[in-house]
Amino acid sequence: MKPRQQRMLAVGLAVAGILVATALTLRAFQDNMMFFIDVSDVVAGNYPEDRTFRIGGLVMDGSIERAEGSLDVHFTVTDTACELPVVYSGVLPDLFREGQGVVAHGRMGDGNTFVADTVLAKHDENYMAPEVADSLAKHVGGKTTDMGTKLEKCKPQ
Amino acid sequence: MIPELGHFALILALSMALCQGILPFVGVHKNNASFMAVGNWAAVGQFVFVAIAFVCLTTSFLQSDFSVAYVANHSQLDLPDIYKVSAVWGAHEGSLLLWVLILSSWTLAVVRFSKHVPTEFTAYVVAVLGLLSVGFLLFMLLTSNPFDRLFPAPPDGADLNPLLQDPGLAIHPPMLYVGYVGFSVAFAFAIAAMLSGNLDRRWAKWTRPWTTTAWIFLTIGIALGSWWAYYELGWGGWWFWDPVENASFMPWLAGTALIHSLAVTEKRGLFKSWTLLLAISTFSLSLLGTFLVRSGILVSVHAFATDPTRGYFILAFLAIVILGALILFSIRAPDLDSEAGFKLVSRETFLLLNNVLLVIATVLVFLGTLAPLVAEAIDGSKISIGPPWFEIAFAIPMLPLVFLLGVGMHTVWRQQPQGSLAAKLRIPAIIALLLGVIIPGLFYGRFGLLVIIGSVGGVWLIASSLLEPLRSLRREKGTAGLPRAVWGMSIAHLGVGVFTLGVTMVSAFNVETDQALSPGGTIEVAGFEFEMRELRNVNGPNYSAIEASIDIRKDGEFIGNLHPQKRQYLVQQNWMTEAGIFATWNKDLFVALGDELGNNTWSVRVQYKPLIRWIWLGALIMALGGLLAATDRRYRTRETS
Repeated sequence: MKPRQQRMLAVGLAVAGILVATALTLRAFQDNMMFFIDVSDVVAGNYPEDRTFRIGGLVMDGSIERAEGSLDVHFTVTDTACELPVVYSGVLPDLFREGQGVVAHGRMGDGNTFVADTVLAKHDENYMAPEVADSLAKHVGGKTTDMGTKLEKCKPQ
Repeated sequence: MIPELGHFALILALSMALCQGILPFVGVHKNNASFMAVGNWAAVGQFVFVAIAFVCLTTSFLQSDFSVAYVANHSQLDLPDIYKVSAVWGAHEGSLLLWVLILSSWTLAVVRFSKHVPTEFTAYVVAVLGLLSVGFLLFMLLTSNPFDRLFPAPPDGADLNPLLQDPGLAIHPPMLYVGYVGFSVAFAFAIAAMLSGNLDRRWAKWTRPWTTTAWIFLTIGIALGSWWAYYELGWGGWWFWDPVENASFMPWLAGTALIHSLAVTEKRGLFKSWTLLLAISTFSLSLLGTFLVRSGILVSVHAFATDPTRGYFILAFLAIVILGALILFSIRAPDLDSEAGFKLVSRETFLLLNNVLLVIATVLVFLGTLAPLVAEAIDGSKISIGPPWFEIAFAIPMLPLVFLLGVGMHTVWRQQPQGSLAAKLRIPAIIALLLGVIIPGLFYGRFGLLVIIGSVGGVWLIASSLLEPLRSLRREKGTAGLPRAVWGMSIAHLGVGVFTLGVTMVSAFNVETDQALSPGGTIEVAGFEFEMRELRNVNGPNYSAIEASIDIRKDGEFIGNLHPQKRQYLVQQNWMTEAGIFATWNKDLFVALGDELGNNTWSVRVQYKPLIRWIWLGALIMALGGLLAATDRRYRTRETS
């Protein structure tokens, strides 16, 4: 091939490749994007019904319950305004503790309970997932901590 | 006293780096040989002072001098000495110091081993490396000084993150950095080529061994990181498509493309602009990786905004490096005419395809890594791109690459004689089709389209890579045989095949289960029985732990015993899982303790991972191939012209 044709070939291949890649990427992004949703919004019913999403907050003190000898564990996650019961079956991460920040992937199940397929707690007790930190900051000290508003806002739909 | 000495040494290193970055330019401009030579001596001086600073920081760690803030935050009296040393690069400030130390070591190596390169060219290379060093030393001294004092000094330190107290992680960052930083040499050669107008094939020849060497270290570094995540993070995954991992993987992908593109430029004088651009991009991606990991932007765009000095500094540095290089490139681009042409079926075409596919993979990983940042910056929505996306996006360019690679390495330059390829590749193709289908069916009893594609691809690569070495061994016993570079190429590609098989099998036939287990109880996973014999308390130097003793049996026959632990580190009070792993060449059996469920019962994660070792073995074989290629004889002889 002449240099000119080579360049055409190279450019053609690159453009075709990039077009295909972009199309596939955009398509796949749609399916694999996972949104983080504040606990308050989940409790208010603002969550996608047909797909998984992420929630996060603090594990409520005294909320961890498990049936003896079983891997099923129930706990409650709060953004300090609203509370969301979560159920998970499996091994919990090392830093999962009451009062600690946690992020869970999953979808809403029956009885307004979040069914988690993955639970994440970071490996440093000083570190809090940024989404969780933001979510807590939004609800602490704002109107939502006012008792009346809180009850109103957190009424399950 | 020692910390001040270290701080002072850093300032002297900066002044040396300034000399190294400026005087050679003056020398070339005035055609003054002694000014050019000053750069080399400044590089030696810079190395000495950075090394002194590094020794000072290490000494502060070994002496547990908690009046140094960095030591107080990342060490502790009872920390074993080896981890006191590795704690030097366990966090931001110290890892920057390591970065600069490695950069000045590379510079020293360039000065030492570039006798065959024209003095003027070396002067440019050394000056560019000096300017890069100035950037990093300034960054350290202005925003991240590891020698900052803490007053009053605390009686004990905050300890090193327990996750980092592991031999794998002690050597993973240095390896990775040697690779990352090594691409700065390729970058400096590219810039020197453009500055000096030396744009024929020679600069590619000079650069190749350096680039390959950097690539070797990066390959080993990434493999070590993956191995560490596998056994230390506790849960048996080997790659998570985490932004920090991607940050090291992008320069690897671009660097792999660069190695191949350099081959074409050296041998045929083609792809010149493309090679220059790849050299610039590879190092830019290394810098971007440093920026992503070190600025806190990955944690959140907001975390970046709360302490923006560091982030803005690296961002500005990144912009100067990339823009400067691209402007220089646009000035030089008209001089970059190709010397020759090639036919459709030729090695050039296959290397072109290799580059297109690798660059697509790099771009996709880049998009997936940065998309969450872009989304948050645009409308504040918090999204994450999960591993499933990366797996698909990565497989799309990589699977064709695996099949093309087996053909490409047997093509010749310019034009492939008709029919020669088919005759040569018939046997490997038959072997691949047979074994690729038989292996999953026979050993794992299941088929699937992706499994077949993956295993045929892996066997195909292995068979095709062995073709040349086997022929050479059979034909010419005792003679020189294949050049070392061809051995290197064959072995590196063999490594890709081994890696492909490992990934395919572990993805398809991995068995994982979480179950409750108490002493005396047994779990069966993939035909293996795991019996928990006892639970006991054990104490380490800075932790206490609960340890299970687990016997593994196959068909009633004892094959091994594992001791997974749950450790609690005394200072940070963190719980850590230490998995028990029984490893053989064709599988890992992996047991990790979860939580105590009460009544002496624990949740236990048990996994069967076929061929997982082949993933890291494949990476090591690739690195070995690189080593052979980089030490080929023609790079060791002096240029006669």
